[in-house]
Amino acid sequence: MSFDLENLVSDLDIRGAVLYYKGNVDSDTITKALDLVEKKLFATREAPRLRKKVYNVLVESLQNLYHHSDKVPRGYHAARPDRFGLVVMEKIGRGYRITTCNFVAAVRVKELEEKLTRINRSTPEEIKEQYKDILNHQEITEKGLGGLGLLDIARKTGHRIDFRFKKYDNLNTAFRLTAVVAQV
Amino acid sequence: MEPIIIEGTPKTPSIKFDTQDGVFEIKGRSIPENSVEFYKPLNEWLDQYMQTPLDKTVVNIRLEYFNTSSSKCILDVFKRLEAIHRSKHDVEINWFYEEDDEDMLEAGEDYDSIIKVPFKMIEIVE
Repeated sequence: MSFDLENLVSDLDIRGAVLYYKGNVDSDTITKALDLVEKKLFATREAPRLRKKVYNVLVESLQNLYHHSDKVPRGYHAARPDRFGLVVMEKIGRGYRITTCNFVAAVRVKELEEKLTRINRSTPEEIKEQYKDILNHQEITEKGLGGLGLLDIARKTGHRIDFRFKKYDNLNTAFRLTAVVAQV
Repeated sequence: MEPIIIEGTPKTPSIKFDTQDGVFEIKGRSIPENSVEFYKPLNEWLDQYMQTPLDKTVVNIRLEYFNTSSSKCILDVFKRLEAIHRSKHDVEINWFYEEDDEDMLEAGEDYDSIIKVPFKMIEIVE
């Protein structure tokens, strides 16, 4: 069987997910996904604090796909080669788990892995200081601010960010990122 | 000076900076994919306002959500307000956050520690 991004989430409950989407991620897709999730969070009467955290983390997760997905490998089926990704949001216990998958160029894997490892090794106070430092000193680019989205996810969830890579070919790697927002 | 008034959308805040009635406000959600493009007109307006500001400028920030891409643009707005403050004009930023929204409170505290302008945290009790 040929590789599909779905292979990276075979351990997740896609059928029971609050949100599942695979395809090109444009601004309209993000708006619709956020609207759908917000309605569901209101319908299930989640506490405002949890609802807001989940919404915030979902915004950053989806916009990470929008800004940072590299083109899909040649031969991989996608309507368009750019901004292609997958998102699963599941209810787990009293919180939510948000998982995104996308392709990254193989040359970017080391840098991304180092960035995430550094975040996971940092204390909440260090994450806060790193966030403020980037916010205050780094220029914004078309792709946003380097790593601020990941720091924001780490800060809002208070958990380590789970990530894994799977080599697709010599030029492309599939990347999975998972954040858990727990009831506080 | 002509005011700048921008209607809000599900992803962008409403903006009203009006020297006539003294209202300076950003309100709603700021989660666009391209924040730089959205905030450009406001920052250009502020560049002009900085030349002849009011004796006192009170800015109300009432954001429900904002993304990291907006966070830098909001800082750019605050840096312009800081420049006005440095030029010996009164400037005050009121940062509103909903009860129990610790993330929004912390975000305000981040700005307060970066920007040298009187910053007031105001809790909205529902």
